[in-house]
Amino acid sequence: MNKRRLTDILLKNMVVIMFVILCVGATIASKQPLTFVIPELFTRIARNSFIVLALIIPVIAGMGLNFGIVIGAMAAQIALFLTTYWGFTGISGFLATVALATPLAAFFGFLVGKLFNQMKGSEMIGGLVLGYFAEGFYQLIFLFIFGGVIKLNNPTLMIATGVGVKNTIDLKDTVKYALDTVPMLTILEIGFYVVVIGLICSALFKMAKKQTVNWKNTGLGLVAAVAVYALTFIGPVEQFLAADRLLLLYAVELWCLYMILAPVFRFIKWKMELKKHAGEELGSRRQFDKQKAIASVVAAVIVYALTYVPTLYKVLLAVKLPVMTYLCIGALCVFNNVLMKTRLGQNMRTVGQSRTVANAAGIDVDKTRIIAMIFSTVLASWGQLIFLQNVGTLSTYGAHTQVGQFAIAALLVGGASVQKATNRQALLGIVLFHTLFIVSPLAGKELFGDPVIGEYFRVFVSYGVIAMALAMHAWKKPVKAKDEKNGKEAAQAT
Amino acid sequence: MEKKNETYVLKMDNIAKEYSGNRVLKGVNLHIRPGEIHALMGENGAGKSTLMNILFGMPVIHNTGGYEGTIEVDGKQVQIDTPLKAMELGIGMVHQEFMLIPGFSVTENIKVGRELSNPNLVSRLFGRSMENLDVEAMERDARKALNTIGLKIEEYVKVAGLPVGYMQFIEIARELDKTGIRILVFDEPTAVLTESEAERLLEAMRVISAQGIAIIFITHRLDEVMAVADGMTILRDGEFVARKEIKDTNVAEIAELMIGRKVEKLVDNTAEDNRNISDQDIAVSLRDYRVEMPGEMVKGIDLDIRKGEIFGIGGLAGQGKLGIPNGIMGLYKAEGEVKINGKVLNLEKLGDALDHKVAFVSEDRKGVGLLLDESIEQNIIFSAMQTNNRFLKKVAWMQLYDAAAAKAHAEEMVKTLDIRCTGIRQAAGSLSGGNQQKVCLARALTLEPDILFVSEPTRGIDIGAKKLVLEYLTKLNREQGMTVIVVSSELVELRSISDRIAIISDGKLSCILNPDDSDADFGLAMSGAKMGGKKDA
Repeated sequence: MNKRRLTDILLKNMVVIMFVILCVGATIASKQPLTFVIPELFTRIARNSFIVLALIIPVIAGMGLNFGIVIGAMAAQIALFLTTYWGFTGISGFLATVALATPLAAFFGFLVGKLFNQMKGSEMIGGLVLGYFAEGFYQLIFLFIFGGVIKLNNPTLMIATGVGVKNTIDLKDTVKYALDTVPMLTILEIGFYVVVIGLICSALFKMAKKQTVNWKNTGLGLVAAVAVYALTFIGPVEQFLAADRLLLLYAVELWCLYMILAPVFRFIKWKMELKKHAGEELGSRRQFDKQKAIASVVAAVIVYALTYVPTLYKVLLAVKLPVMTYLCIGALCVFNNVLMKTRLGQNMRTVGQSRTVANAAGIDVDKTRIIAMIFSTVLASWGQLIFLQNVGTLSTYGAHTQVGQFAIAALLVGGASVQKATNRQALLGIVLFHTLFIVSPLAGKELFGDPVIGEYFRVFVSYGVIAMALAMHAWKKPVKAKDEKNGKEAAQAT
Repeated sequence: MEKKNETYVLKMDNIAKEYSGNRVLKGVNLHIRPGEIHALMGENGAGKSTLMNILFGMPVIHNTGGYEGTIEVDGKQVQIDTPLKAMELGIGMVHQEFMLIPGFSVTENIKVGRELSNPNLVSRLFGRSMENLDVEAMERDARKALNTIGLKIEEYVKVAGLPVGYMQFIEIARELDKTGIRILVFDEPTAVLTESEAERLLEAMRVISAQGIAIIFITHRLDEVMAVADGMTILRDGEFVARKEIKDTNVAEIAELMIGRKVEKLVDNTAEDNRNISDQDIAVSLRDYRVEMPGEMVKGIDLDIRKGEIFGIGGLAGQGKLGIPNGIMGLYKAEGEVKINGKVLNLEKLGDALDHKVAFVSEDRKGVGLLLDESIEQNIIFSAMQTNNRFLKKVAWMQLYDAAAAKAHAEEMVKTLDIRCTGIRQAAGSLSGGNQQKVCLARALTLEPDILFVSEPTRGIDIGAKKLVLEYLTKLNREQGMTVIVVSSELVELRSISDRIAIISDGKLSCILNPDDSDADFGLAMSGAKMGGKKDA
């Protein structure tokens, strides 16, 4: 029985396990020091995570892997070209680009959603072909309309004839690292204002609607916000925060600190609740989980001890994290989770599980799917902007072409499927897929004396993974289609 | 004892509905009192589903020209044009096939589409859809609904893996949780339940109706109706037959009302009957015969069909009658002993039945019966070409298609069966239903079988074609001595041509009746009720 369970687990995580082995093997074969591989990997995580995470919502809404994110990427590039042309730079330039890309992507997402509603069940192939169609349209805009129809006068951006945009656009003096280099101090300041404004607005809203306001909580929140903000004025803290990137070593140490402090806080809160509701039975959800607390403290101690291992220490010193970018990725993870706890998210899940049931429950299936598509496309456009500001050059006709395939391959490598995808799978997938991306040409060079073989391998892997996942989906599908048919008949029989 | 208290929660009067010229409801009335369990009965195709579709404002009704007649809920006349409207009026439905999401918890399933939520800052800007779910309140509501029907399961477990009987209860809990529910429709709820589960369901129905919620109970099982219902409405062929109080009636009367006396005679018995049928000469013999056909399971049948007779197999849809011929032909997995003319049939081997000179006209004309894009000629001859090597000619070492012979035969068939077509080259898919059926028949006959299984021979074809097909079957039997086995849900046609009729109920042989046995006998056999049920009356 136990053996069976083990093989079951192995089979289910076959893809992940296979890729872990591949990654480790290729890393060893490449003979590269970890001080090279790991910083490279962290750069790529920062670049690519956002767009992969943008794939999750459509999977939950039952629309499969959204090959249509290419269109979001195109929206981002159109916006980026325009803001570059208008001369926006720095973080404000980046925000202006986001502001311009969002409505564009939302509009495209709406159109894609409309189209997908006409082809339920074959969204993936539809999205793929739509990507090619959009490619043609994109080229029409960049090769002809820009300069040909709309006169743009900028010799650094435009081809010498004045019609069409140049092959590559250098972003070095405009938005390169715009997001990556936002200092932590600024982030904290912005966070402070957001919290304060949020709390006040919330209280005002409630007063306007004549609901009771929990003044105590609001006050506590404000005090906490002010306290944290005040901390930033202390000399050493200010100095530490003034850096725009965070050393991985510090990040790990901060994490250890959090893992120890969090259970302590939880314990205090639990004690206070016990006092408040003395004699009452607390629900299992509000119980204090002792084992979990101990586990997190132990984990923190072990991790902290590991930082003293010399090789790891070197690696930790070599990696500098772009704080704002990682915060954005974290925020998207939180958003994906929080969305699922809202009415809309629940509708998406229902639609994803069964359109028949959703329909019978009075959920507007088509609208929900369109909203999912808009979310995904907008997030993809932001993801592409994050990618481009980190890379620093916009390859006008090439930057978006493989976005869909690579993002989807990464998600699938993480163990996601066409029906189910989580944040964790997305992040794990990015780590594995990009490790392979980094080391496979080098491994190819070491093993066969030719980096091209490694290059072939990585192309083969990315498409191979997609093909395999889709084939597995196709095998499962006949069963599902039958179920669905029965469901439909049932709906009609009512 | 007729209550003269005329407060009805639902009054549907003179409801009529036409699907492209075909009147499926002809002035039906349905009156339901508050808190009443009202059985809605009738054979397949009597119009129950259509009536319920109208009640729910299903798109299928309004896309095909709406309905006639009036609906009153609580004395107020209403127009129900969308399912949402029906829901708002407090009409709920417990589906026969579960409308549950396996991956969701019980609570989520009960609250699907009607989640409770709390506003937050974002939702104030973007509207209700961004509100946080209030999981605790949802669980409380779900618990309450589950308690009402006495279901002892945790509200947070996933539906996947729960026993089938529980799922039905979750569906009910979902309907009960809707505020202002007044009428609850149960569409054959006990069809998939075990006996004890069905018992509990009936108990739950009593509890619900005791709270003043009216229940419309659609079922074929007479004993259940006798056990829980207060009143009943019987439909037949889209017509209103009777509204009865259960205490004023009995099983036999209900069965008779359901089947009804049908005067129309489908076949003129012109051919002289000089057949010699004996009990010793068995054409098809089944022993412990089982077929795994989804939705039409055969669960152990012993049956002998005599050589040269027309044998009818009847029963309600889903009871297993269609599984019998499909299993013999090898289309679905079958077990048990099948003897054709005394020789054992290898059920594992597809096509073995054809080699035993058994032919089959499938009920699934478009799926199994015909090559829709091929010509009538191809459709008629291809089976015979494959199994009997007919319509082939030898040229040197090759066997080539004998176009001339095929054409001659196809034209002959078109003439005999009166297939209305532009020519034998016309694609079978473009023919009308009746003519398609004739093509199927022609192909089966081209095999020159001894035994012919015909499944639902008259489904979806008009009365003229119906008569012709049935007459032709009789003629084949009388003139060529072919054993014809007709499987049909239309009792009238079985009774007009068969020598004996087997009624299949719940995958088993209920009984074998003669065509001139009483309607009540047929009704009881089809409902699966024991004859002993009469003493309840």
